[in-house]
Amino acid sequence: MTASGVVTEKPISRDLASTIRGRLQQFLAFGGLIVIFVFFSLASPDFLTFSNVTSMLFSTVVIGTLAIGTTFVIITAGIDLSIGTGMSLCAVMAGVFIVHWHIPLPIGVPLAILFGGVIGLINGFNVAILKIPPFIATLAMMLAAQGLALVISHSAPIYFDTVPAYAAISTGNLIPGVKFPNAVIVLAAVAIIAAIILNKTVLGRYTYSIGSNAEATALSGINVRKWQIIIYAFAGLFIGLASVLISARLGSAQPALGQGYELQAIAAVVIGGTSLFGGKGSILGTVIGALIISLLNNGLQIMSVPQEWQNVVLGAVILAAVYTDNIRRRKAAM
Amino acid sequence: MVRGRIGIIASVLVALSLAACGGSGSTGASGGKTPYIAIVSKGFSQQFWQAVKSGAESEAKKEGARITFEGPPTESDVEKQITMLTNALAKRPDAIGFAALDSRAAAPLMQQAKSANIPVIAFDSGVDSTVPVTTAATDNKAAAAEDAKHLSQLVGGKGVVGMVIHDQTSQTGTQRRDGFIDWMKTNAPGITLLPPQYSSSDLNKAADITKSIIAANQDLAGIYGSNEASAEGVAKGIQESGKKGVKAVGFDSGKAQIDAIKSGTLAGAITQNPIAIGQQVVVAAMKAIKGVQQPKFINTGYYWYDSTNINDPKIQAVLYQ
Repeated sequence: MTASGVVTEKPISRDLASTIRGRLQQFLAFGGLIVIFVFFSLASPDFLTFSNVTSMLFSTVVIGTLAIGTTFVIITAGIDLSIGTGMSLCAVMAGVFIVHWHIPLPIGVPLAILFGGVIGLINGFNVAILKIPPFIATLAMMLAAQGLALVISHSAPIYFDTVPAYAAISTGNLIPGVKFPNAVIVLAAVAIIAAIILNKTVLGRYTYSIGSNAEATALSGINVRKWQIIIYAFAGLFIGLASVLISARLGSAQPALGQGYELQAIAAVVIGGTSLFGGKGSILGTVIGALIISLLNNGLQIMSVPQEWQNVVLGAVILAAVYTDNIRRRKAAM
Repeated sequence: MVRGRIGIIASVLVALSLAACGGSGSTGASGGKTPYIAIVSKGFSQQFWQAVKSGAESEAKKEGARITFEGPPTESDVEKQITMLTNALAKRPDAIGFAALDSRAAAPLMQQAKSANIPVIAFDSGVDSTVPVTTAATDNKAAAAEDAKHLSQLVGGKGVVGMVIHDQTSQTGTQRRDGFIDWMKTNAPGITLLPPQYSSSDLNKAADITKSIIAANQDLAGIYGSNEASAEGVAKGIQESGKKGVKAVGFDSGKAQIDAIKSGTLAGAITQNPIAIGQQVVVAAMKAIKGVQQPKFINTGYYWYDSTNINDPKIQAVLYQ
């Protein structure tokens, strides 16, 4: 009896300790965000102004939305390289639906978002059913989406100027009298919804479970293939949403834009403490990661740091974030 | 790194399959002695390149030549463009039209074209090599100086001026930057130039950069965007920041840029003549195939346009959207 009592007690305390450690990377990322923010505020008088902080938040929107969706995929130990060019394809489809086919916005916008879901669905099918490694499956989709975006748009931007209300989705000001773009509010809402889904729903639980140990998850009677498809399709919706936000901002669907965005989004996820090996990660961390990237871009630009060096700094930050995560994990393993 | 390598393999595979299709097509055409000109451009989807393409196509039709026209998705895809050029050479065309993203990276392939006796016509940006027979291009340095002159007049010859340049490796990028800077340094001592920022021809990025420049320089008098995406991004950034009184000048054409000039967000821009560039590539290629001597540089021209002359038929003919 006493022996079993000891056995049950130990895991509980270990569990608590590991939860605290699990949160540590988030605290580190958040601490990093604060340090960088304070640094730029002191370094340049032009940094900490309402309009500059707003424009910094605005520039986080696209990468942030993509990164939130990808967080789900990466927690399952997958990866999605198709989000950048998939976004261009969805933006072009938004143009086709709304400008060419004159579908009213309340239907056209959800259609464009759903189209992102279809891209994710195909990725999920290729990964779960055809057993193609996620890296290759989504690489193939990345190429196909880039090509299709150019084919469908005839390699020319599609302009939304016939539908002025479309631009308001990103650039309008929901709060009257305050110049605060809607896109930022959308990002905040999306982040909260995604965090609730990841933490409080079956979909979220299975996302972690598949990423921690897909075999054990399958053995416990969960249809892993089905849930993988659902998770990729769900993550695809964020591709669609990002496409609406970027094309509304630019007033046009740019078919060639988007390549390279996937790596920035993945960088945001990684800086935020989500493990590429799966099973671990959070939406809050990803949002912080995306903020760190746009904060660095914006702050270094404000300080007139040559652009070549801006990329060097960003690379160093990614390395530092993952390295501290590794150290923490090695300590946790001891 | 892994991604890059897989990217290469994938693009080679795609290119090989394309080359295979092209090959079977050309054997059919070779009986009819239709000269084949392979054109590798710096881009494909920007409207500018589509205008170059249409110029080349119409001229090819007139001269009875067959052309292919391709370009990488973005203007930072140097490596992809090199793959395209490699495959174009493998198809053994009668002439090649080439707009280098990075002329040094293409140098070995230029030698290969020379030893295979395939004449090369450089276009848009020059190619740093003795191989090309001629270069059909806008004189970018002179055109950028023209932009600088107009911006200096607009701001009254004094104040802080920013630059959003589309890239830092191609000749158009460096010439449009240096042409602008050189003119300002010699002719406008009252103007303080900020260090150039680079947009990689990404409209979204250009808009963010512009807003940062405005935030960091509340006294900004003027700003210059060096191509379609950069100028449209400059206009977008000014609009989003709500900053009044900044004089902005652009480069190239395109619907959003024309709209920005009409609405006054942009004061004006330099337009090249992309249709003439496309036509001249084919004209020069046909001359080279026939062995006709030609000058080393064909200036395809440029124009300053603003709200006062935008509807002028001469300007309308060279604006593309």
